[in-house]
Amino acid sequence: MGLQNAINGIPLEWYLIVAAALFSIGLYGVLARKNAVAMLMGVELMLNSVNLNLLAFWRYLAPESAAGLAFAAFVFVVAAAETAVGLALIIAVYRSLKSVDPETLTQLKL
Amino acid sequence: MNVADLETVLPFLLLATGGVALLLVDLAVPQARKSLTGWLAFVVALAAGVSALALVSGKTMKGFAGMVQADAFAYFADVLLCVVAALVILLSLRYHTARGLMRGEFYPLLLLSLSGMSLAVHAADLLVVFLAIELLSIPLYVLSGFARPRLESEEAALKYFLTGAFASGFLVYGVALIYGASGTTALGDLRAALLDNPALTSDALLMAGLALVMVGLLFKIAAVPFHFWAPDVYEGAPTTVTAFMATATKAAAFLALMRVVAGFAALSPSLAQPFEVADALRPMLALIAAITMIVGNVTALAQQNVKRMLAYSSIAHAGYALAGVASGDATAVLFYLAAYAFATLAAFVVLIAVGSTEGNEDHRYEAYAGLGRRAPLLGVIMALAMFSLIGIPPTAGFVGKYFLFRAVVASDLTWLAVIGVLTSALSAAFYLRVLMVLFMREPETAPEAEPAALAADAPRMVAAYVSAAAVLLIGVFPSAVLALLTGGELVALVR
Repeated sequence: MGLQNAINGIPLEWYLIVAAALFSIGLYGVLARKNAVAMLMGVELMLNSVNLNLLAFWRYLAPESAAGLAFAAFVFVVAAAETAVGLALIIAVYRSLKSVDPETLTQLKL
Repeated sequence: MNVADLETVLPFLLLATGGVALLLVDLAVPQARKSLTGWLAFVVALAAGVSALALVSGKTMKGFAGMVQADAFAYFADVLLCVVAALVILLSLRYHTARGLMRGEFYPLLLLSLSGMSLAVHAADLLVVFLAIELLSIPLYVLSGFARPRLESEEAALKYFLTGAFASGFLVYGVALIYGASGTTALGDLRAALLDNPALTSDALLMAGLALVMVGLLFKIAAVPFHFWAPDVYEGAPTTVTAFMATATKAAAFLALMRVVAGFAALSPSLAQPFEVADALRPMLALIAAITMIVGNVTALAQQNVKRMLAYSSIAHAGYALAGVASGDATAVLFYLAAYAFATLAAFVVLIAVGSTEGNEDHRYEAYAGLGRRAPLLGVIMALAMFSLIGIPPTAGFVGKYFLFRAVVASDLTWLAVIGVLTSALSAAFYLRVLMVLFMREPETAPEAEPAALAADAPRMVAAYVSAAAVLLIGVFPSAVLALLTGGELVALVR
């Protein structure tokens, strides 16, 4: 039970810090990468950091209700649906342009 | 779960099951007769609208363990959304044939997106807000790219997807922080927790969560500075989808936003009832509303393309409605959104009529030269739409703006109402420019579209008459709409 004790000894804040770091990395990925697939991965990181947050809050603050768990399940189902649609759109654009860089999309300008 | 639970989200259930069933039915519809799928979707949307109309009452009911709320606001929004969607379906039939988009998936996707909107207006829990926003957005990403392999449409879809997914990341991270700070995601419980526990009102985690949720929702309504995606997406998407996004999506996202704002009303309770907005939130909302009105209207002035101008117009009108949110008067905001939706839909009838003719779809101002004289009916409808969007009586836009600015002044935000009136005056410049081009300018080349082709389509003409009639009737008999809106008594957004 050494591992269990070690996990129980981690304060809530640490989870929140890791989640915030993960969210920031995802944010950076969306804003700085020039590849739609990498941007999609950034969004996924952001959503995963949310799940980490939710589960930590659930475990530490409200373990008696399943709301946190249910919420996390919703988030990853939505993330999966979003990825499916996103990859399809990226492939459609790649077929036309042979590129996945959103900055090459310049049909719509003032 | 029991039957009463199901009743609280009946329109949503009809739309969601109808959308999924239609996806299967469409497999049996031969390619040459895809408009049959459209008519079936039309029936489903109307049925959902009628069910909402039948359920309207002054009562507020909660269902599914407090996750959803059924009240007069929600049902009013349901009716509005379903009517708008039904009209968009009527407009789609001919447009999609002309543009080679007659693929059956369009209509089930439209219904699924509509079901997300219906869920959003019934949301009483932040989890449902998130789920509904995703349910309405994901089909819209696909619909924006429906005109593939046309590159503009694909570009619009990818841009909408990347910014939309990014925004929902903010939204859901904010919800997680609020859950951590307060231990609940139910808006009613949140309001009670804030009243019981004053320490919570200055909790950093809760404030950060609220800010992130607001960013996510302001993205969806395209308020400045979160509007940059809107012009590209609106211009690139098929015109029918743009019409749907500009009207229905906006109304649904606004009601969800108001419910969230009302959930936080106890942050610093305002003395003036029934205003449901915390004094602490007011300056932020008012500032964003002011910037959105100014940027939306000024940028619309510079556009050379009617479709893109309407995108900026939709941003500007999000600013007006947001001013109403800052005033805390949900009735005025919903009335305004209904007035705006029908006027914008009337304008899109003309755009879709132009897009339904042979040849390339061209929405530059020059392409509209003389259209009002070649097809007088379309000219009159466009004129009505533009007058309503400016806010000239006796149209819906005038009454909408009157109620809205009255609420804004009553909540001590007179400076915001002044900005609203001034920007409305400015907006006359670009709305009237459309009419000027339509009626007073000769086309440079011989027009490709014959007047007969412009007016020939019966379903489109029905949509035109209904939206034009709505613009006039709401303008002349606003009290009938108000009665439907409030169910005869005061409605609380969150309880």
